[in-house]
Amino acid sequence: MSAILLIEQVLNGLQFGVMLFLMAAGLTLIFGVMGLINLAHGSLYMVGAFAAAFAAAATGSFALALVAALSAAALAGVLIEVAVIRRLYDAPHLDQVLATFALILMFSEGTRWVFGSFPLYLDIPDALSGPVTLPGGIQYPLYRLALIGVGLVVAAGLWWLTQRTRLGMQIRAGKDDREMIAALGVDISKLYTLVFALGAALAGLAGALVGAIQSVQVGMGEPVLILAFVTIVIGGIGSIKGAFIGALLVGLTDTLGGIFLPLVLSVAMAPEAAAQTGAALASMLIYILMGAVLVWKPTGLFGGARPA
Amino acid sequence: MIPERLVTIGAVAGLLAVALGAWALGEIFTITLATRAAILALAATGLNIALGYGGLVSLGHAAFFGLGGYAMGILAFHAQSYTPLELGALTIEGTKSMPVIWLVAICVSALAAWVIGLLSLRTGGVYFIMITLAFGQMFYYFAISWSAYGGEDGLPIYLRNSFPGVDTLVPVQFFGLCFAALVLALLLSARLRSAPLGLALNAARQSPARVAAVGISPTRVKLVAFVISGAITGLAGALYADLNRFVSPAMFSWQLSGELIVLVILGGVGRLAGPVIGACLFVTLEHWLGGLTDFWHVWLGAILLGVVLFARGGIVGLLTGKAGPHV
Repeated sequence: MSAILLIEQVLNGLQFGVMLFLMAAGLTLIFGVMGLINLAHGSLYMVGAFAAAFAAAATGSFALALVAALSAAALAGVLIEVAVIRRLYDAPHLDQVLATFALILMFSEGTRWVFGSFPLYLDIPDALSGPVTLPGGIQYPLYRLALIGVGLVVAAGLWWLTQRTRLGMQIRAGKDDREMIAALGVDISKLYTLVFALGAALAGLAGALVGAIQSVQVGMGEPVLILAFVTIVIGGIGSIKGAFIGALLVGLTDTLGGIFLPLVLSVAMAPEAAAQTGAALASMLIYILMGAVLVWKPTGLFGGARPA
Repeated sequence: MIPERLVTIGAVAGLLAVALGAWALGEIFTITLATRAAILALAATGLNIALGYGGLVSLGHAAFFGLGGYAMGILAFHAQSYTPLELGALTIEGTKSMPVIWLVAICVSALAAWVIGLLSLRTGGVYFIMITLAFGQMFYYFAISWSAYGGEDGLPIYLRNSFPGVDTLVPVQFFGLCFAALVLALLLSARLRSAPLGLALNAARQSPARVAAVGISPTRVKLVAFVISGAITGLAGALYADLNRFVSPAMFSWQLSGELIVLVILGGVGRLAGPVIGACLFVTLEHWLGGLTDFWHVWLGAILLGVVLFARGGIVGLLTGKAGPHV
C-alpha cells in the first residue's frame, strides 16, 4: 500500500464524483423546482454521449462534439418537456415514474434503431491525452484531471446561477411557492422548460465527457441515473449543495471501497476468498452508505424537514 | 359496464382456457407463453398489494423476484452438484423439491422486504421510489460480483425441480402448478382487501394522519403489506427460474421492476384482475410485436405513455367503467 496509489484512487473517486454531480444536479433541480421524478434523465445522458460521438466522427473536433452534446441534450429536454413532462407536474409520482419509464424505452430502442447495437467510440482530444506529473511525482491522466476541473467549474457556476442571478432567484422562488411567483408575473411555464433544458444539458455534458473514457452505448445512462438517485437521496432531494457533497461521497466510497475492501479483508481471510467477498461487498457499499444516512437523517444530509 | 368480479373470473378463466386449448391442440409453445403470463401475473399480484392497496410505488420489486430465483438456483445447484452448502457450522444439503424451495424463497424475500421496507418507509413519496430502486440495484450488483454462483453469467439448472405427484417436465402440468399458485395468491389478495389489515392499508394510503389518529400505526400497516407483497413476488421468482431453468442477475434488473409496475398499470392498479390482464397483455404484445420488429420496446413505450396520459385505470378501468383507487 503506497501513498501514490491512495492519491490516485482519491483522484479517481473525485473524478467519478464530479461527473455524478453533473447528473445529480439536474435531477435535484428538476425535482426541487417542479416536483418531478425524471427517470429519463439517464436517456439525456445517453443522447449527449451519442451526439458527441457522432459529431466527433463527422468533424474530428472535440470542442464541436461537446457543443453538439450540450445542444442535442438540451433540445431533447425541451422536446420531451413540452410534449410529455409538462402534463405530469401535477400528476402523482406513479404517473411520472411510468411516463418517464416509457420515455426510456422509446429513447433506448430509438437510439438502437438509428445507431445499431454496437458501441461507438469517442476519442480523448490530443491536447488532453497522456499523463501529467503531479507534485510528488505522481503520474495521472490529464483528461481525468480536466474532468475534475470541469465538474468544479460547473458546480461553482450553478452556485452562482442559483444564488446570484435573477433567474436563480426565480428558480429558488419557484421551489418555495409556485403560485406566488406566478402571481408576481413570472412566466412559470417558460421557467420550467428552461430549468428542464438546463438539467438536460448538464446530463448531456456528463454523457459526452464520460463517453470519452468509456464506450458510448445504449443503456449507458441507467446505471448512472440510479447512482445519481442514491446521490440525491444521500444529499437531500432538492438541494444542490447536498447533490455536490453526496456525489463526492458516493464517488469516493465506490472507488476506494472497490480497491481497499479486498485488501482489508485479506488480513482476516484467504486471499482468494478476500478478493471475492471484497468485490461483492464493495458493490454494496454505497447502498449501505445510503441506508446509514437514512437511518440517521431520513430526508438526507441537506434535505428539508419532511419527505416530499 | 361489467362488474369487477366478472372481469376477474373472466381473466383467470381466459388464461386457463388458453393453456388448455393449446394443450388440446398440442401447441407446446403457447403453453409456455401462458405459463410465463401466469408467473408474471403472480409477481404483479404481489406488487399490486404494495402498489395498488398501499400506494407504495416500489421500483425495486425485482429484488424479491431475483431473491426467489436465486433461492431456487442456489438450492438446486447444490443438489445437482452434490456439494452441500457450508454456512459456518451449518451444513445445508441442496434440494430439488419445489415445496421446500418455495418455502425458502418466500421466507428469504419476506425477510428482505422487511429490511428494505423498514429503511424505505422511514421516508415517503419520491424518496421511497428512489430508495427501493437503489436497493434493487444493490442486489443486482451483488449478484454480478458474486462469482460462486455464476456471477454475470448466471446459473443454469439442468433439470426442472420436482413436485410430489406432478410431472413438472410436462409443460401443461407445470402450468397447472403456476396457475394454482396464481389463484391462491389472488384469493389471498382478495381476502386481504376486505380484511381489517386491508382496510387499514387502504386508509393509510389515503390519509395516514387519520389512521394514526384512530390508533393504528400507518407505517406498520404498510410494512406488513410490503412484506406480504415481497413474499408473493419472491415465490413468482422461484417459479420463473424453474420455467427457464436458469437464474441470472437480469432477474434483479431495474427494468424488470419497471415492467412489473407496467403490468399492474396496463391491467388496472389496485384491481384483483389488473395484474392478470396486464401480464397476459404484456406477454401477448412481447410475442406479437417482438415478431414484427426487433424494436418492440418503442411501441410498448408509446402504448404505456398513452395509458398514463389518457387512460388511467387500465383495462379493468375501461371494462368496469370505474376509475381505480387513486395512487
